[in-house]
Amino acid sequence: MNRRPVFAGLSMQIPRSRITAVMGPSGTGKTTLLRLITGQLRADSGSIRVDGATLGSRLEPGLNRGELYALRRRMGMLFQNGALLTDLSVFENVAFPLREHTRLPERLIWQLVLTKLQAVGLRGAAHLMPSELSGGMNRRVALARAIVMDPEILLYDEPFVGLDPVSMGVILRLIRRLNDALGLTSIVVSHDVQEISSVADTVFLLSGGTVVAHGTPQELHGNTSDIVKQFMGGLADGPVPFHYPAPDYFAELLDRPGAD
Amino acid sequence: MFKDLGESLIDSVVRVGAIGRFLIRLTVQVPRALLRFDLIVAQIYNAGALSLVIIMLSGLFVGMVVGLQGFELLQRFGSEDALGTAAAIGLVKELGPVITALLFAGRAGTALASEIGLMRATDQLSAMEMMAVDPVRHVVVPRFLGGVVAMPLLAAIFSVIGIYGAQVIGVQIMGVDSGSFWSQMRASVALEDVTEGIVKSCVFGVACSLVAVYEGYNAIPTAEGVGRATTRTVVTSAVFTLFLDYLITASFL
Repeated sequence: MNRRPVFAGLSMQIPRSRITAVMGPSGTGKTTLLRLITGQLRADSGSIRVDGATLGSRLEPGLNRGELYALRRRMGMLFQNGALLTDLSVFENVAFPLREHTRLPERLIWQLVLTKLQAVGLRGAAHLMPSELSGGMNRRVALARAIVMDPEILLYDEPFVGLDPVSMGVILRLIRRLNDALGLTSIVVSHDVQEISSVADTVFLLSGGTVVAHGTPQELHGNTSDIVKQFMGGLADGPVPFHYPAPDYFAELLDRPGAD
Repeated sequence: MFKDLGESLIDSVVRVGAIGRFLIRLTVQVPRALLRFDLIVAQIYNAGALSLVIIMLSGLFVGMVVGLQGFELLQRFGSEDALGTAAAIGLVKELGPVITALLFAGRAGTALASEIGLMRATDQLSAMEMMAVDPVRHVVVPRFLGGVVAMPLLAAIFSVIGIYGAQVIGVQIMGVDSGSFWSQMRASVALEDVTEGIVKSCVFGVACSLVAVYEGYNAIPTAEGVGRATTRTVVTSAVFTLFLDYLITASFL
């Protein structure tokens, strides 16, 4: 088993009621970070505190399962591919958390779900099945589902991957609007520099398992360190190498297998 | 070679242990899952009603073969009249539960494993976790219980249709006397024989459903992983079924 630590010496403070972006090259553990914050994974050591509650690590247990579930009811998460339940319609997907956690009358569930779908512009798609949605619509439904329990914290895992420019613009506007209208704390994991710079209040740039820079998007664009310049400018080579580690190029070319 | 053999043996033992632990985890959740009876009913329909056609068709053919072979064999001893007894005992005690379990693993088991595996691969199970809904209680246990309820019912239907198939061949085609076919069956098939069949089909139902949900839930979340989980469901279910069949048969003697 590969025991390479994903993070080492990582320290972050995520401000309340703001949009915080977590950026970094692929494979730096951005999604892992979200899974740590939500308690889906347990860290080997260190501590993670969410709104005063300590999630704990393998060394010191924190919340038990019931407490963790109670904390998660105050969180919403948008998965990379939406993760809609494929056997339920759009309406039932958004209604799912309400049906599982509340005993609201059907009439109220109807109204709550429609308001959330209206907020993401998909009230007209309530009767469709997830397989009938485009990628962008899929994610908007997932967003409606993530906010249906009125969470205090909303986490987005790569919300822009594979979207066309129009859908991307829609999602960007929704992130900002939902954050301001509902007073949420948003954490957006992404590597789309331009998009995220336009919406985030604070940016953390991760690389090599730790924070290499943080500040407002403007501060990061003005940062002169090589790694920040490479990432913000989208340069192919730099501290993050273009080439995967390999033996010497010419030696390997000449050393053709079975050439004797 | 011996090292490989040893390793695969250890792997198998570890896996049986893991499946056993998973069964305990499911059992703990059963009372709370029973509160959502609608989910279980939907799964009984999925595992049971949707397997009906294949079970009935197979039952008919197996019964017809039993009728032919049985008649041919019994005729040698001049005791064709015992065909009803032979067919009923063979089907109720052995062929019904075993073949139903194998078909069930192939039809419902693979569907369960690939469905749960794909839910894992597409983050649906993680999404439930994030919505503070335990996927084991909401997804796995209802499917498990659906299979456990459906399997004995399917085995019973298989046996009944099989006996009818044997009757069609034996009585209507080969000319065995209808009265002795049914009366000998009624006189010689004991309650114990039927009990053995019921016990077997219940145990196979638990085993096959458990293997299917275990493999699906623990599938590696890739296309290849889900495919492998589906294959392993069939293979493991078949081995479990035949092994348990021997144990139960021996214990009833």
